[in-house]
Amino acid sequence: MLLSILVRSVFMAGSMLAGALLAAGAGHAQGSGSATLDAIRARGQLVCGVAGNVPGFALPDSQGVMRGLDADSCRNIAAAILGDANKVKFVPLTTTNRFTALQSGEVDLLVRDTTWTLGREANLGLLFAGVNYYDGTAFLVKKATGVKSVKELDGATICVQPGTSTELAIDDYFRVNGLKFTPILIQDLSEIQGAFLSGRCDAYSTDGSQLATFRATQPSKNDLVLLPETISKEPLGYVVRKGDDKFFDLVRWTYFATLIAEENGITSKNIDSFAATKVPELRRLLGLEGDMGKALGVDNKFAYNVVKQVGNFGETWDRNITVIGVPRGINALWNKGGLQYAPPMR
Amino acid sequence: MSQSAAAAIVAAAPSRDRPPAGVVGPVAWLRANLFNSWWSTAVTLLLGYLIIRWGLSFIAWAVLNATWSVPVNELGQPDATICRTASPAGACWAVLGDKWRFILFGSFPYEQQWRPALCVLLFIGLYVVSGMRRFWRRELLLIWVAALTAIGVLMWGGVLGLDYVPQDQWGGLPITLILATFGLAFAFPLSVLVALGRRSTNLPAVKVICVLYVELIRGVPLISLLFMASVMFPLFMPVGMNPDKLLRAQIAFILFAAAYLAEVVRGGLQALPKGQYEAADALGLSYWQKTGLIILPQALRLVIPPLVNTFIGFFKDTSLVLIIGIFDLLTTGRIASSEPAWQGFANEIYLMLGVIYFVFCFAMSKYSRGLEREFSRARNR
Repeated sequence: MLLSILVRSVFMAGSMLAGALLAAGAGHAQGSGSATLDAIRARGQLVCGVAGNVPGFALPDSQGVMRGLDADSCRNIAAAILGDANKVKFVPLTTTNRFTALQSGEVDLLVRDTTWTLGREANLGLLFAGVNYYDGTAFLVKKATGVKSVKELDGATICVQPGTSTELAIDDYFRVNGLKFTPILIQDLSEIQGAFLSGRCDAYSTDGSQLATFRATQPSKNDLVLLPETISKEPLGYVVRKGDDKFFDLVRWTYFATLIAEENGITSKNIDSFAATKVPELRRLLGLEGDMGKALGVDNKFAYNVVKQVGNFGETWDRNITVIGVPRGINALWNKGGLQYAPPMR
Repeated sequence: MSQSAAAAIVAAAPSRDRPPAGVVGPVAWLRANLFNSWWSTAVTLLLGYLIIRWGLSFIAWAVLNATWSVPVNELGQPDATICRTASPAGACWAVLGDKWRFILFGSFPYEQQWRPALCVLLFIGLYVVSGMRRFWRRELLLIWVAALTAIGVLMWGGVLGLDYVPQDQWGGLPITLILATFGLAFAFPLSVLVALGRRSTNLPAVKVICVLYVELIRGVPLISLLFMASVMFPLFMPVGMNPDKLLRAQIAFILFAAAYLAEVVRGGLQALPKGQYEAADALGLSYWQKTGLIILPQALRLVIPPLVNTFIGFFKDTSLVLIIGIFDLLTTGRIASSEPAWQGFANEIYLMLGVIYFVFCFAMSKYSRGLEREFSRARNR
């Protein structure tokens, strides 16, 4: 107990010290006006914190190359700043050390399945620059049970991982709706999946993206049903340190650029055919007129580099998320009934 | 005596002297150890039945019903459907065929993976050379320096036409061996110093520091030390100055191992009769001569079993870097098994990891038994 108090006070003193140093560093910054941008340029490399063990988001393939939506989001930023999507150093972080790594400057940017919450933005000195995945807690059941809605799960046993936000979300939801459930808490992922398949619990609950992946890889996938309700909001996205607004702008608008490109049907394959376009917004997007890039402190062709090398948002999605069996759903563009919306670029 | 008569005696002697089969030999051994009462017979039969049953079902899973390779689908991804639908279910060794290079070498650039492979061989060679007594000379230190330099060059590159590979791309078995080898190589000398410091009578300040160090490190779990190295330490450093993650974990490991080994060494120092110290003093040896020539050789010999025990435990403890996001052998295995295409085949991967860890740990314990026998020869004579 005493030790934990000691550790906590040392920890807080440390984070205050780091904050002071951070402020001092930002004050002295010269060049582009953004300490982070200058550091990335000097290093010639973006240092990006990712999960490294979540399929579809960031997971090394058989050849050791980091693949996934988060990994490609990091590549987007590298392409925007340095003109080369491969100049990224991926730092695998755990849920425990991810925020410290960002606060201490060990990584420039964090794209690690991190949910945007008030507490994280207000207390931890962080800013969420964009949402690359709108996720939420969902439920998977076997078709044989005949359950069609979460409301029918009264008295059910539910497999969840202990200590996750899922556990809290289910508890809240069931209390509000006057339902009862028995949680079966299992830490290990393959063990929890095995428990659900062998019938130890009636339902398996975690983030919708993970459930869809799990369902897609099962030979019995047609006997498993994903219930329609999503009982919590888990917007996952790009996180940067507070106090470097220029870098924040750049990250946010790089993400918006991939949305605008998708909205206008510009892909990595056809982007060069737009070189003679007359549409003003596309000309600004591709750096043919206006000083959009310069305003952000990067090359005017930043969005061209991003789309050409990594692809628009839809391409990134198809490459990483569609292949693991997750439908686009609320992550579609705003004009297709989804939530992905970019303000105009002008 | 004629030669033929002597030969006849020699030939006849064994047949006459050999006791009946029921007293020595395998049958007698079986009777004495497995079937010496009805109770022991029952236990033997029950255990024998269970071992054969489990053994057979393991062989059926691992060999008879196993799938050795899977087709590749149109996206160029392996398609494990035939493993999933196989009936009766068997092992899917194809997962290792696809993933073994990632498990062993992590994210190291694919075409360059001969470099970490060579490093693993160098490490093993280093262990073998260090284990042979005829190499126990000053030159061994040079061999270590040379081998570790070669390993550094191979892993980092950047010279001799090798591409530079930053440390964050290292992974798998080389990381485990680096953590264990450097950890023990630095922790052992440190532990000897700490043990000596803790027993010193005329340097109270040194003694207090050593006691504090050992008790503080032993009082917290290794995981918390790793967390401090990975989470708290960067907060105390100026922004942008971040000692390498692997280096931080390595230092935490050295400090942890040294504290435990120091207590083992101290046990050896305490077990030594006082007469040895007095005899060394009577010869007029200085403190370091006494310690280096008389005390330590005897004390360390006494503590070989607990030392090796700590070494083996420590080798396996390196897998805890999993929690701070370093891709050691266990982590790469877990990541390989979480890829959607291969979800559900973690057993095969864990089996492979278990075999690798077992080989290293078993070699250590086997070698230490040999060493003990060698050293105790003088006493048993």
